Amino acid sequence: MNTFKIGVSRGNLEIRQFLRQRESVVFTLLFPVLLLLIFGSVFKNTIAPGVTFSQYFVAGMIASGLINTGFQQLAIMIPLERDDGTLKRLRGTPMPPTSYFIGKILSVLACMIVQIVLLLVVGALMFGVQLPTDLGRWVTFTWVTLLGITGSTLLGIAFSSVPRSGRGASAMVTPIVLVLQFISGVFFIFNQLPSWMQNVASIFPLKWLTQGMRSVFLPESFASQEVAKSWEHGRVALMLTIWIAIGLVLALKTFRWERSR
Amino acid sequence: MNTGVHTGVNNAVEIRGLIKTYGETHAVAGVDLNVRTGEVFALLGPNGAGKTTTIEILEGYRDRDGGTVSVLGEDPSKAGLSWRNKIGIVLQSNNDAAEITVEEILNFFSDYYVNPRNVDEVINAVGLEEKRKARGRELSGGQRRRLDVALGILGNPELLFLDEPTTGFDPEARRAFWDLIRGLRADGTTILLTTHYLDEAEALADRVGVINHGRIIEVATPATLGGRDSAKVIVRWSENGSAQEERTDSPTEFLRSLGTRFTGEIPDLTVSRPTLEDIYISMIEGQG
Repeated sequence: MNTFKIGVSRGNLEIRQFLRQRESVVFTLLFPVLLLLIFGSVFKNTIAPGVTFSQYFVAGMIASGLINTGFQQLAIMIPLERDDGTLKRLRGTPMPPTSYFIGKILSVLACMIVQIVLLLVVGALMFGVQLPTDLGRWVTFTWVTLLGITGSTLLGIAFSSVPRSGRGASAMVTPIVLVLQFISGVFFIFNQLPSWMQNVASIFPLKWLTQGMRSVFLPESFASQEVAKSWEHGRVALMLTIWIAIGLVLALKTFRWERSR
Repeated sequence: MNTGVHTGVNNAVEIRGLIKTYGETHAVAGVDLNVRTGEVFALLGPNGAGKTTTIEILEGYRDRDGGTVSVLGEDPSKAGLSWRNKIGIVLQSNNDAAEITVEEILNFFSDYYVNPRNVDEVINAVGLEEKRKARGRELSGGQRRRLDVALGILGNPELLFLDEPTTGFDPEARRAFWDLIRGLRADGTTILLTTHYLDEAEALADRVGVINHGRIIEVATPATLGGRDSAKVIVRWSENGSAQEERTDSPTEFLRSLGTRFTGEIPDLTVSRPTLEDIYISMIEGQG
């Protein structure tokens, strides 16, 4: 219980710090909205009956928002905290390590909620994105988001041990996310990609997140446009769960409080 | 040789045969040391002597390759969070908390301790009242260091580790810091400190230990280290236009006879015993 209480206190601190770093606020929260404005304004075409590219893009951006606020943010921030002594200082206090991770999860969650709301509002107001009205779709949205955010956070913590220094982290992590966005159905329509690219993307979680989000935000009729001719909810859940397991094991095994020397 | 190891005393820290190697280098090569409960102990030594490695093993940051270590009765490599609740750590350098204010970080960190000190009291104790609303990146080097110390004492520790705490302090801030340490000692806090300032060790420490090449050379009080109390007194004066120096065991007698050679005052007279720094330098140089 105390671990959770301290975790909430950590989350409060993390969110405050996040909001005070203008670069991170702009980069993490506003950049996806900016992309939506650009892509939505350039590609006004209809990609299937009753489906515009901007609708497709909003679903993809919400999915990749889970990767941005979780994986990308943590894989860049934690190496910086390792470099500047934040982690070492915390290790020297009686703060339970779990509380640190709870704090991270809470700040990721807060960021993500703000980002999803921003994308939905801009999408609805400017590009005719329709919010789902039936409960079933919101249930889908909830489980896809929860699995996505959990996996994304754990993989971000796991990947934070890869960059050798805080400075190099951004240069290492950003291209990975960008490539995944290109091949997973965010910037391009997934069923138009070469099949080898689709196969590569299917290994990684973002492809399954975008597909899950499309099943929330696009009309039922679009399911037939998917590569598998269906939303494949079972496989989405399975793939995301596998990545959560991989993330959990790696995060527990590789997490370091100090830089290696 | 006195290595400061006493048995049957209540010791906050007990180290026996401590060994730590990095590759081929023996960073710590068999250290025996006790720090008594309630004392201020200063560990002195050149860079790379093994000070920080030893301290970080005691703090639970590093594993050891040999020997036994007991800190407040527990092995730091196995001790849990309740043990961490009883120790305070001031590490060598940090750049964290760039965007949070002094009072915020202290308030947040006091959530981690069972029995934290009052945050306002801690801010006053380290002299950061005027900077309490300043963010980490707005603090000067000395102010940052004081924030480190504030975070170190926040949990009301029984044992406080201070690794070069006053680096970057101006003389006034150092004096204020010394008063703070004396106050903590008076309250019963055991303090283990490393420093490059010998005057600081002399002002604060009940005992000092000199470490070089990963081994303790000697442990003694600042006044008796290296036979300082029995060292010859140095008398310096000017005579016939040149500086003169005499080292003697009986300075009073020497001065009496010297005085007879001058009609008035003895020009440029100084009488001094070797400083802690003189003794320390000769010990380290003697080691090569």
